[in-house]
Amino acid sequence: MDNSRIVEIWVGVFVAIGLGALFLLAMQVSNLAEFREQKTGYRLRAHFSNIGTLKVRSPVKIAGVTVGRVAAIHLDPEQYQAVVEMRIQPQYKLPDDSIASIYTSGLLGEQYVAIEAGGSPEFLEDGDEIEITQSALVLEELIGKFLVKATEESGPKE
Amino acid sequence: MIDPLQRLGAASLNAFAKLGRANLFLALALTGVPEILRRPGLLIRQMYMVGVLSILLIALSGLFVGMVLGLQGYNVLSDFGAEESLGVMVAASLVRELGPVVTALLFSGRAGSALTAEIGLMKATEQLSGMEMMAVDPMKRVITPRLFAGILSMPLLAGLFTYIGIYGGYFVGVLLLGVDEGSFWSQMQAAIDFREDIINSVIKSLAFGVIVTWIAVFEGYDAVPTSEGVSRATTRSVVYSAFAVLGSDFILTALMFGE
Amino acid sequence: MVRSDDILVRIRGLVFAHGRRRIFDGIDMDIHRGAVTAIMGPSGTGKTTLLKLIGGQLKPRSGTVEVDGHDVHRLSRGALYRLRKRMGMLFQSGALLTDLNVFENVAFPLREHTDLPESMIRSLVLMKLEAVGLRGARDLMPAQLSGGMARRVALARAIALDPMMIMYDEPFTGQDPISMGVLVKLIRTLNDALGLTSIVVSHDVAETASISDYIYVLSGGRIVGQGTPDELRRSDSPWVRQFMDGLPDGPVPFHYPAPEYREDLLR
Repeated sequence: MDNSRIVEIWVGVFVAIGLGALFLLAMQVSNLAEFREQKTGYRLRAHFSNIGTLKVRSPVKIAGVTVGRVAAIHLDPEQYQAVVEMRIQPQYKLPDDSIASIYTSGLLGEQYVAIEAGGSPEFLEDGDEIEITQSALVLEELIGKFLVKATEESGPKE
Repeated sequence: MIDPLQRLGAASLNAFAKLGRANLFLALALTGVPEILRRPGLLIRQMYMVGVLSILLIALSGLFVGMVLGLQGYNVLSDFGAEESLGVMVAASLVRELGPVVTALLFSGRAGSALTAEIGLMKATEQLSGMEMMAVDPMKRVITPRLFAGILSMPLLAGLFTYIGIYGGYFVGVLLLGVDEGSFWSQMQAAIDFREDIINSVIKSLAFGVIVTWIAVFEGYDAVPTSEGVSRATTRSVVYSAFAVLGSDFILTALMFGE
Repeated sequence: MVRSDDILVRIRGLVFAHGRRRIFDGIDMDIHRGAVTAIMGPSGTGKTTLLKLIGGQLKPRSGTVEVDGHDVHRLSRGALYRLRKRMGMLFQSGALLTDLNVFENVAFPLREHTDLPESMIRSLVLMKLEAVGLRGARDLMPAQLSGGMARRVALARAIALDPMMIMYDEPFTGQDPISMGVLVKLIRTLNDALGLTSIVVSHDVAETASISDYIYVLSGGRIVGQGTPDELRRSDSPWVRQFMDGLPDGPVPFHYPAPEYREDLLR
């Protein structure tokens, strides 16, 4: 009987270690810890004419500090614009004249929403919209514009 | 001309018959579930044989695999000046692939082969027959507890392997090679998604647990009851498990991460 | 010599084949309650198969096996298992569970089929072990036992649930004279003391004849002789004579079927 007690204790240790490893994987290695923050934040919306490669769960940053995440992306069927919904952590208050832009981190990195805080005394609240936005830069558009400009400049000389 | 065709036909028929037996076997083993709920002691005893005795092997292998990943990853990433992504690389490879797959392969060598040999010998020495004559169903008494012990142990062992592996990578990358500790963890946390990666990893290792243990106990039960038959069955158990794990890993990966 | 007319096992028209090889070709047999019945015959005549047919582990091609009034092969799984609790079987190898010690092996059927308290199980196990003379060996593992001891432990396990009958599969094979003597004595005394019915499958003529009440001789899938040991000793059937006297050649040929020797060599 003593022997079976030892077996049971060892199996208990095994199950505890295994479950503990899975729990730590979830909390320490993955982004599970952020899910709770997401639930607590308030929601803001913004219209963009082009979001580039922005994805759900991309970061929302102010001055490079992550203050929230993109919660949903869908198309406004009337204006043919992208509607980006963001969840901002509740401790960060944003003036209602803030500007939302889509930037790329580094040359080839992921895209994120950058917010430049305005100077208004009124703060944005849950469900409000950021009116002033700047779309993502698309490389082809940039090159296109550059070429047009180049041909315009070189045109008169011919 | 006809002979090779006949051999091919016979081999296919045998393979189908064996697949049929294996499925019937699994269905019968599942009827033993109420028995292990009524007597959890049977399951615990097998969890000890299958799980506890594999801990050391799994933990050490995980550590070494993680350390190698740290070293190789550092060499490649530092060429691009992206050493900070080492955490992502180590964690993503371990969580998505190496954790479940390598654990399953090690498990089939350590516990699967032992299960096959044990059940095959019980058959060869008439112990299974003897139980039947004592009105004890060997399916419920012997097979079901071993099957479920394997299925339940696998995700726990894979979790342990992955977690220790990540610390192996941390040890080499951060402590020995000087990668910044903060970006090691924060980039990892930003890139590894709980639902996409961790949950899928657990699902994978559960599936591998079913596959490896099923093959192991079935090969033992289906073995020719002689010492030669048992040794052949043990080899088959490990070989088939490896094939089945790698093959099903491709299918599962395509389903989970493919889009 | 208890010879009641009460029949425990009744076999009628039994046909069994392994692939294309017919092992039994229409066998009728009656096993009387309370008696020791021996089934003898050369190796390879399917004596063990017969025991598995009686125990319901194999299904016959045709014919019936009735045990205590139940047709074994028509019973539901549950009813078959209930019937098996009342049958003991002693396998040639003993078939002890190698991961349990002697005590736990004998306790195994009690733990599986009853909810008796631990103290009761202990007394029952010690009683059964005492009956086979191995009470002192209760802590040994099966690997530490000699062949004869393993069979005695298996016997103690077979009688643990107080069955109505025990089937012995080749109990004397490979035993030294002393353990053979012990087993011979045990089979007879247990049968009489516990009111059992015993079926002994064997090819050890002298030992088996000394304890059995009735003997069937099998060969080539048929019963070639039957009767009490005395009747068989006086029988003039060539089959029975060859088997009882151990003659190398006779109706059971010395040679395995083969083409003509001369032809084979000259090919």
